[in-house]
Amino acid sequence: MDLSGLYESISAIPAAELSGWQSFFVKFYRAWFMNGRWTQYFEGLLATIEVTAAALAIGVALGVIVAVVRTAYAQRRPGTHNPLLAVVDFIFKIYVTVIRGTPMMVQLLIMGFVVFSSSRNFTLVGALTLGINSGAYVSEIIRGGLMSLDPGQAEAGRSLGLSYIQTMWHIVIPQAFKTILPSLGNEFIVLLKDTSLISVIGGKEVVYFAQAIVARTYEAMFPYIITAVMYLIMVMGFSYLQSILERRLRASDRR
Amino acid sequence: MIDVKGLTKAFGDNLVLKGIDEHIYPGEKVVVIGPSGGGKSTFLRCLNLLETPTSGTITFKGTDITDPKSDINKHRQKMGMVFQHFNLFPHMTILRNMTLAPMKLLHKSKSEAEAKAMQLLERVGLADRAGSYPSQLSGGQKQRVAIVRALCMEPEVMLFDEPTSALDPEMVGEVLDVMKSLANDGMTMVVVTHEMGFAKEVGDRILFMDGGVIAERNTPEAFFDHPQTERAQNFLAKVLM
Repeated sequence: MDLSGLYESISAIPAAELSGWQSFFVKFYRAWFMNGRWTQYFEGLLATIEVTAAALAIGVALGVIVAVVRTAYAQRRPGTHNPLLAVVDFIFKIYVTVIRGTPMMVQLLIMGFVVFSSSRNFTLVGALTLGINSGAYVSEIIRGGLMSLDPGQAEAGRSLGLSYIQTMWHIVIPQAFKTILPSLGNEFIVLLKDTSLISVIGGKEVVYFAQAIVARTYEAMFPYIITAVMYLIMVMGFSYLQSILERRLRASDRR
Repeated sequence: MIDVKGLTKAFGDNLVLKGIDEHIYPGEKVVVIGPSGGGKSTFLRCLNLLETPTSGTITFKGTDITDPKSDINKHRQKMGMVFQHFNLFPHMTILRNMTLAPMKLLHKSKSEAEAKAMQLLERVGLADRAGSYPSQLSGGQKQRVAIVRALCMEPEVMLFDEPTSALDPEMVGEVLDVMKSLANDGMTMVVVTHEMGFAKEVGDRILFMDGGVIAERNTPEAFFDHPQTERAQNFLAKVLM
């Protein structure tokens, strides 16, 4: 059946005489098929994935650095004094406080219209802001994981003569990773959904295109529902991957 | 071999060690006993700086290891430690638990480290568990692995922190047997324990710790037959009933 032909014949009918399913079809056709609009959703989707990936990379890198420095400072050998570590720890503490204490939306507005007000690459600015935001939360999740591990594990590593870094890398981090994976997965889902906010500074992701289509068609229902479904499918796919990873990591517990 | 001078340790306002002077000679088996909270474990953990002393010095083979400039990781390689709760690495197989440190620190090849580990596992009767994970082992087996894991680093002294306290009674014997055979090989050992039989049989010297000081030091025979201090007499009366 030729959809565009069907649309032509139905849209010729005066609006007042359309049956329920006919008006439903017309709205959906305009929101999805007309002028190849569906490609815009996928263009936005691609940008969403790109922004999420970039923000994730920035967030995890920042989170790991902040968490390791702050844990190292908290667990430093008493009597030793490392002024550099103390200063960096203090800066990171401010970073976490400021990021966690202000709304994501406000951070985006400040980054988009104050700090990078001359930049035209809104998507990149959005990704950077999200990454910096996510880093603060990721660092707290990782720090919690590192601190929650039985101190006996680190002591056993150190008593064998392994250095702090070696103990962290071979003993503490692999075990902490397993315990923080659920909260880390949760943070990634929040991050993925928060990419929708970058539309407020003009970042071109799914919501941006959906809004443009709404402005074109004066019809809000389908573009937004399509957007919601796209996010839902992405999150479900991610949750599935996460559950596979968790099952794999638990393998050594169950034997 | 280990010389302790004026060692004190405070946790906040709580003074746990109130000035310890002690010398541990090569090949000696020193058994530390005493009531809970007397500072036995803290003393032992200070020897390899798992606890940082508040004041005093610890000299290991002529080097002051409490000096912040000394490389404590190097010294710890020579001081094996066995914990009450085993502290095996649960995400690694038994073999990997044992070969990790020798490969990273002594730069042994994988096959070299594994050969040494298998030889030690053979000795404690656990060669068939090399590929298992710690969670698959009983408490006694875990503690035997923990001992040979420390031995993989070829230490010159072994520190035992209540190695049998977390074990079911029927598993205590197998762990003590491993420790006795280690003692017979001439290993220098410092053992914190509540096993009086082991102290009597293996110990060259008993340190009785109470209230953050070494209240009495003596040979096992003299200590168990004629304790000098009242505190030691009370303690022995309670534990030897």
